Amino acid sequence: MTVRIGVVTFPGTLDDRDTQRAVRIAGAEPVPLWHRDKDLKQAEAIVLPGGFSYGDYLRAGAISRFSPVMEAVVAAARDGMPVLGICNGFQLLTETHLLPGAMLRNNHLHFVCRDQKLRVENAGTAWTADYTAGQEISIPLKNIDGRYVADERTLDELEAEGRVAFRYAGWNPNGSLRDIAGIANAAGNVVGLMPHPEHAVEPLIGTGGTDGLGFFTSILRKLVNV
Amino acid sequence: MARVVVDVMLKPEILDPQGQAVQRALPRLGYQGISDVRQGKRFELEVEGPVDDAALTRIREMAETFLANTVIEDFAVKVES
Repeated sequence: MTVRIGVVTFPGTLDDRDTQRAVRIAGAEPVPLWHRDKDLKQAEAIVLPGGFSYGDYLRAGAISRFSPVMEAVVAAARDGMPVLGICNGFQLLTETHLLPGAMLRNNHLHFVCRDQKLRVENAGTAWTADYTAGQEISIPLKNIDGRYVADERTLDELEAEGRVAFRYAGWNPNGSLRDIAGIANAAGNVVGLMPHPEHAVEPLIGTGGTDGLGFFTSILRKLVNV
Repeated sequence: MARVVVDVMLKPEILDPQGQAVQRALPRLGYQGISDVRQGKRFELEVEGPVDDAALTRIREMAETFLANTVIEDFAVKVES
């Protein structure tokens, strides 16, 4: 039986097709979900892809947070369903408070679009098990609201609990506190990051590598072994 | 109809590069003596019916859960007559 991974599309989402493709390349079945859907169509994991849901009006993720599908996603995530938020999806996860902190305008105020080196800090989450701790990967980064902020106590807590999943390596592209590129919740089923693993799953395109594929093979392996 | 204004500002400890960019542009434009600029958002709500305690409670709830992200922003609610 194939593993069903839901990929949510909001008005303004950009990377849903690439994410579906990455899911397929990893060997799972992508299940398209629309922002108005109230059920998750038997998906066993959910990816919230990048883009500009609802035009990023108010704040990135502030309006999509209240869409019907997110009610189901938040409830499922609290029950342990694996959820990955990429870029706008990460912003959305902070707005729903499934992940702590918030995302703000890059400190230099420019849109960034580049291949970005990351260090995998936590290879124990549902989405990072196919990496090793300390491994450096290169995947695309493209955003203007990528600066991760949280208060000192939250940052210390994240560090102490090993919940900083990814850090920018070599260069901090946006002023994110403590070079944080991605974090996990306490249970490790919810992970969010700003760079885009779904754009680095085939040698032909993107970074020319497949450094992002591990996200999708990690979750597949986890769900198959349940 | 009464108007209720909700002002949303980044918390003081949060870096505001947009405000900084505005501040840095001021001397070039001939405006001296402005040492800091913080940029925020203002929402003007036209309220149907009386703006009583119950209405203000609902508006504060709206500001806290939606108009502002209290992880990074503070908000203030005021009634304009």
